[in-house]
Amino acid sequence: MTSSPPSLGASVSVSPGVRIKRMLLGGGPLVVLLLLLIFFTFASDTFANPGNISVLLTQLSILLVLGVGLTFVILLGSIDLSAEGVMASSSLVFVLLATNDRNDFQFGILAALAGVLTGSLFGLVNGILHVRLGIPSFMVTLGMGAVGIGIATVLFGGRAPQLLDQGLRSLGVDKVFGVSKLVFLAALVLVIAVLIQRYTRVGRYGYVIGGDEPIARLSGINIKKYKIYSFVLSGTGSGLAGVMAATQLGVGDPTIGLGFLFPAITAVVLGGTLLIGGRGGVLRTLVGAAIITVLANGLILIGVSIYIQTAVQGLVIVIAVVASGWSLRRRVRVIK
Amino acid sequence: MSAPVLQVKNLTKSFKGVVALNDVSFEVRRHEVVGLIGENGAGKSTLLKILSGIYQPDSGEILRNGKKIVFRTVKESAAAGIGMVHQEQSLVTSVTVAENILLGAEGDAVVGGIYNWKVLNRKAQKQLDKIGSPISPTAGVEDLTFAQRQMVELAKALGVEEYTADEPVIVLDEPSSVLEGDELEVLFAQIDRLRQIASVVFVSHRLDEVLRVSDRVYILKDGVCVAERNPETADTDELHRLMVGRESSAEFYREGDQKSVVGADVLLKVDGLSRQKAFSDVSFDVRKGEVVGIAGVLGSGREELTRVLFGAEGCDSGTILLDGTSVRFSSPVGAVAAGFGYIPAERRIEGIAQSMSVQENIFLADSRPVSVGPFMMVNKARQVADEWISRLRIRTPSRNTNINNLSGGNQQKVVLAKWLNSPRLKVLILDHPTRGLDVGAKEDVYTFIRALCDQGIGIVLLADTLEETIALSHSIIVMRDGEIQRRFDAAPGQKPLPVDLVEQMV
Repeated sequence: MTSSPPSLGASVSVSPGVRIKRMLLGGGPLVVLLLLLIFFTFASDTFANPGNISVLLTQLSILLVLGVGLTFVILLGSIDLSAEGVMASSSLVFVLLATNDRNDFQFGILAALAGVLTGSLFGLVNGILHVRLGIPSFMVTLGMGAVGIGIATVLFGGRAPQLLDQGLRSLGVDKVFGVSKLVFLAALVLVIAVLIQRYTRVGRYGYVIGGDEPIARLSGINIKKYKIYSFVLSGTGSGLAGVMAATQLGVGDPTIGLGFLFPAITAVVLGGTLLIGGRGGVLRTLVGAAIITVLANGLILIGVSIYIQTAVQGLVIVIAVVASGWSLRRRVRVIK
Repeated sequence: MSAPVLQVKNLTKSFKGVVALNDVSFEVRRHEVVGLIGENGAGKSTLLKILSGIYQPDSGEILRNGKKIVFRTVKESAAAGIGMVHQEQSLVTSVTVAENILLGAEGDAVVGGIYNWKVLNRKAQKQLDKIGSPISPTAGVEDLTFAQRQMVELAKALGVEEYTADEPVIVLDEPSSVLEGDELEVLFAQIDRLRQIASVVFVSHRLDEVLRVSDRVYILKDGVCVAERNPETADTDELHRLMVGRESSAEFYREGDQKSVVGADVLLKVDGLSRQKAFSDVSFDVRKGEVVGIAGVLGSGREELTRVLFGAEGCDSGTILLDGTSVRFSSPVGAVAAGFGYIPAERRIEGIAQSMSVQENIFLADSRPVSVGPFMMVNKARQVADEWISRLRIRTPSRNTNINNLSGGNQQKVVLAKWLNSPRLKVLILDHPTRGLDVGAKEDVYTFIRALCDQGIGIVLLADTLEETIALSHSIIVMRDGEIQRRFDAAPGQKPLPVDLVEQMV
């Protein structure tokens, strides 16, 4: 071997300016969350009470499970709008198979599993229709969401079936260490999601496909397969969210998911997962979901009318999208 | 002697009737660097896409160590030990170096869909070590410089070695086009290193580089492999001639077609034009049929000047007289109506409407020649579009083809047609009209510039190189720091030298 080639600098170094900027951009949502927590703690006497914190965490849990599932799809640059319909179907499948006042089924925990798998099945259909038929994901999932509501309405049959399985009901209403059992379930889901994202093909290829699909294709990756998997993850999240909501309310109901979709998407985007895909992650969704929950709870406590809360939430998502777009613009400039 | 590591035999491929490759054959021998040159549209990228399994040839075969192989997918090509470093960088910036290097080929680093990061990083490190790169496998690609990313690409391409018992063939597609100076030296050092462990196909349009690194050079022209040369005995002039099929000389710029404009009417008179922080007190005339070249370094204000002339930006003071009438534009709409045309440097962004057909692009600026009132006469439009396509020799399957499917040179011809088609055109502003075009397309553009002059159209030119400025212009303005530094007469037979201009520019 002859002389060694000239080197381009020993290692990768990022200038401190860029690093600080990135930290602020990446940690931005966290800073917002902390500021909100501080603000509401001082603005309201009851916000920081253990009782209210328990309420906050419970409210957060279902939103988090939904948002975490959704994150996998949004990372692809796609979207899943079927959550409300999927929650409706899964809640009814679950309640009608568990001990209930409508039929004699008593499948217990298997009923819950069936509810969750209902969601997975919806995700599978979403994914297959999207990638095999090449229909835009928003259209497919919007349609499948309506199908979900429809199926739920048929199962509903005019009167909400009551969940009578005491063990499962306890999941939604009873507390351990002062917080709802649902909170622990949501935490477990988050941990599993982080592991999927860090250590599995579905997780890693999600970043690759969302980041640059043509390159993924050139590398011989089966894009369709991993996209379908991601939709299954999202559907599973929605299914579980439906089951969780049913244990909380004690009924299966076609309207059980109403009002969850918008905050869930907001949570993902607010956390910093780009709608165009490639960047973000489930931990960021935790921060986003927390911001939304704190905002909703805090605004009520300081006396803001519930009627303008929807408007505030809408404003927040627009601002979040603009802000994420800004950071992307800056990033492009830094690279080129 | 043993069989060549890679041999391409009689490869033919056509797209919708346009022949991209015609009976191309070449071979790569062990530990050899083979140069592959050709103009845009000569078939280089088609050939590479066949080699990497993206396209299937219509006929012909590929042999690896004498054995016939067929690639149906990218993976099969990689499995045969052919690694590709693409022209457009093919790294995913949102994940790590290691993930990129082993993308789609993680092997035992991913078992049952589960990542073992330790193994993954170790495998990536092994590839990086092969090229002696100090880049960390755990680094995020977005943190790397362009040159560093290219090293990662190289390491990735070398990864195909893992699939075959044999030494890999690494194909470098225009690897030097975005590198300069030191970075280029690093690349050449890498190629020398590669030569010890692999065979290399080096595709480039920089002829001097090809001569420097290659053991043998193949020349592609119009989809045909026209020659094979030994760099020891060939020079860039010869390669250029083979590649273009025409003599390379002063006639390249069509200087013989340049006509004197002495005594011609003044078409455009710019007087005391100023724009804050860009340029001040700029005055010059453009006569009918005259090319006025504006030279200057970045920041000299010449880009801003042309944008003001075209109405894309406003000016603070001064006057613009077109045919003796004072004009001032608040937007390009007014400028186009008055008879200005603009061919922008950023062709893809500003010059063409990407999702539209060739015909639609031709009538983008002015559809009146083929319209009655608000209605476009479909048959007339088709006829005129076809006329332009044949007159400008635009290589396209049809007028309805999406402009994205054309090569850069042909796209630029469509942009030219767009303005030539407008009967009101008086002054054409050319902002780097030959940027990114191959030699042949450049010559076509030069021919049209001369033809436009013959029609009495005035041209303001910002050229790619000083040679181009000098050769094409009748007179040259040198700008520095927003002011006109000096004017040169560049009439046929009395051209200034590049060094004269440079003195005034910096």
